[in-house]
Amino acid sequence: MKPIIRVEGLSKQYQVGARKAGDTSLSETITGALGAPLRVMRRRFKDPAAETVWALKDVDFEVHSGEVVGVIGRNGAGKSTLLKILSRITEPTTGRAELYGRVGSLLEVGTGFHPELTGRENVFLNGAVMGMRRGEIQRKFDEIVAFAEIDRFLDTPVKRYSSGMYMRLAFAVAAHLDPEILLVDEVLAVGDAAFQAKCLDKMGEVAKGGRTVIYISHNLGSLATLCQRAILLVEGRKCGEGPTVEIINQYISGGREVSGERIWLDPQSAPGNEKIRLHSVRIVSGGEVTAEVDIQNDVRVEIEFWNLRPGARIMTSIHLLDKMRVGVLSSANMHSANLAHDEWFNQPHPEGLYRTVCTIPGNFLNEGRYHINALVLTDVMNIEVFAEEAVTFTVHESGAMRKEFGGHWLGVVRPRLAWQSERLNDAVGPHSLEQAS
Amino acid sequence: MTKNNSASALESIGPTAVGNQHAVPYNLPHHLPDEPLVIIEPSQSWPRLDFREVWTYRELLYFLVWRDIKVRYKQTALGVVWVVMQPLLTTLLFTLILGRLVGIASDGIPYALFVYAGMLPWTFFASAVTSSSNSLVGNSHLITKVYFPRVLIPVAAIAARLLDLAVAFAVLIVLMVYYRVAMGPGILMLPVYVALVMLFALALGMLSSALNVKYRDVAVMIPFLFQLWMFASPVVYPSSLVPGKWRWLYELNPMAGIIEGFRSALFGRGFDWPGLATSTIIILVMLVGASFLFRRMQSSFADIV
Repeated sequence: MKPIIRVEGLSKQYQVGARKAGDTSLSETITGALGAPLRVMRRRFKDPAAETVWALKDVDFEVHSGEVVGVIGRNGAGKSTLLKILSRITEPTTGRAELYGRVGSLLEVGTGFHPELTGRENVFLNGAVMGMRRGEIQRKFDEIVAFAEIDRFLDTPVKRYSSGMYMRLAFAVAAHLDPEILLVDEVLAVGDAAFQAKCLDKMGEVAKGGRTVIYISHNLGSLATLCQRAILLVEGRKCGEGPTVEIINQYISGGREVSGERIWLDPQSAPGNEKIRLHSVRIVSGGEVTAEVDIQNDVRVEIEFWNLRPGARIMTSIHLLDKMRVGVLSSANMHSANLAHDEWFNQPHPEGLYRTVCTIPGNFLNEGRYHINALVLTDVMNIEVFAEEAVTFTVHESGAMRKEFGGHWLGVVRPRLAWQSERLNDAVGPHSLEQAS
Repeated sequence: MTKNNSASALESIGPTAVGNQHAVPYNLPHHLPDEPLVIIEPSQSWPRLDFREVWTYRELLYFLVWRDIKVRYKQTALGVVWVVMQPLLTTLLFTLILGRLVGIASDGIPYALFVYAGMLPWTFFASAVTSSSNSLVGNSHLITKVYFPRVLIPVAAIAARLLDLAVAFAVLIVLMVYYRVAMGPGILMLPVYVALVMLFALALGMLSSALNVKYRDVAVMIPFLFQLWMFASPVVYPSSLVPGKWRWLYELNPMAGIIEGFRSALFGRGFDWPGLATSTIIILVMLVGASFLFRRMQSSFADIV
């Protein structure tokens, strides 16, 4: 079957430190205008690689009609550049893309909204900017207003809208676009949780409606829910393509920013004192040492230390901090706080190397970055080793808890808790309360 | 495919077809076209002009003009009054200073009317070029987020000023009635001159808006440039005041021909046909040059704006 989007060798080069518009002076304008032909000549002879960067390099892929494809990658991996080229906002430096359908791009919601104009006027303006015909907007107008839930403020200038109302109206227009190919860039990262859920629903509906969608997001959970297939971009190059879950795993395990392990080889200079020295702290999850953790997997914090004083009674402890360095919890291997049993707790330790492991269960932490402080104490109260932020790891959402809601979960932790509902009575009113009790 | 066939069979029956439409909520392409609708490639260094594409985006042009007009009048308390006041006050000023004190000749027409008739195309021209020179930078939020022919932006900025011209023209008619100056059949030539001044504004608007994306000095320079240019054009004095041996140079300024043409059309005087031809040729050459330059520069607008 013929693809609806075919991309071949698409590359985009940017000038590094490209002069931002507006900081060119008048004299430069004049000399620049006169010297322009000369400058072009000079540039030809210079080594272009020295002052340019490839935001996108030789990217090939095909998308078939009705597919919903996610594009995954870190900031600067070229995701937005790819979308901008496909939306024809910017031109590729080399390569080619063929699109066999009408394209609508949603790089932002509310493009072209003018604060002075009313909600009604902005629906028309924004619709036209997004490529809708006037008749089409008129036909869908009531639907758009109903979706945005702003009918009372339809004739109020949008500058008086709350940011929530503004976003709702903007998304409502965008949600009613129906081109054959839709290019979407992280527009869901806005609005309150309830509205995000509504948007995600609408996106799911669009995806199921048979539209071809290319979707870019940092929210791996929503990618996993919406897209069957994904493309992984690393530094402008395509590094993987396949079922979304596989690509997400590749992304999580592949692009390590932090190794997830800290090792000190010299007992003289390692954190600690003449009694105890730290050897290593590492995060083990999903069977390997990693700084990128799947939210479903247990996180093993392994602490290894040398005991230099025979007979020391040792306790090991951790502090878990969130990305703002706010304490999430502290824990230690003391018996009363231990789910398992640690026979070495507070026992006399002969000289040697020891390892203590603490397991933080999966489905407990929320998405995001966490830091571990590692502590080793003697006689329960004397801190001998205090390694601040010894390791850092990031918890990623793989989609397991994203079947219904794609937005941000409030809180530092996100444990799976037990929930149940029941119907108490079929009556409504004060007497139904009496009966129920 | 069989599903499609059954759908079209159901549609002919009637009510069931409605239910069927819910099952397929969008107009999906059942067959992809043989040729791609869009091919994305690096553009050639001298791309050709695509007027057809501009035509398909005419509704967006309409909305952009509508937005410009609406926003401009919403933000001002006096709204349309400004459009009337601006040329009237300038006319009053020049009438007092140049007409009364200096006593400049005005080809037998009351000096106030003479100046106002010159201010009409000049104000339109100056305001159209000024607003379009800022237009691309002012609409950077659109340029970096959606695709459409970029030329719509400076065109819309110019078209939005046509309303001002129409209002100012209505005031002119009032003035002509007041001064008891009659219009002749020459008025039929007025649309030609309006078209010329629009095309000239378009040429300079495309040029300055594109350059302004890269060099913000351009938009700063323009109001100053126009101040000088006004005195190099027959706005407050007739071009008959220019010495004969400099006339050829003077008439290389297309605004000279246009402003005198406006007066000829309004006050029923003879037209300067060779002058009209010269202005037209200069404007068309500039328009072609400006649109090529615009086309060539537009591929980088989103990257540098």
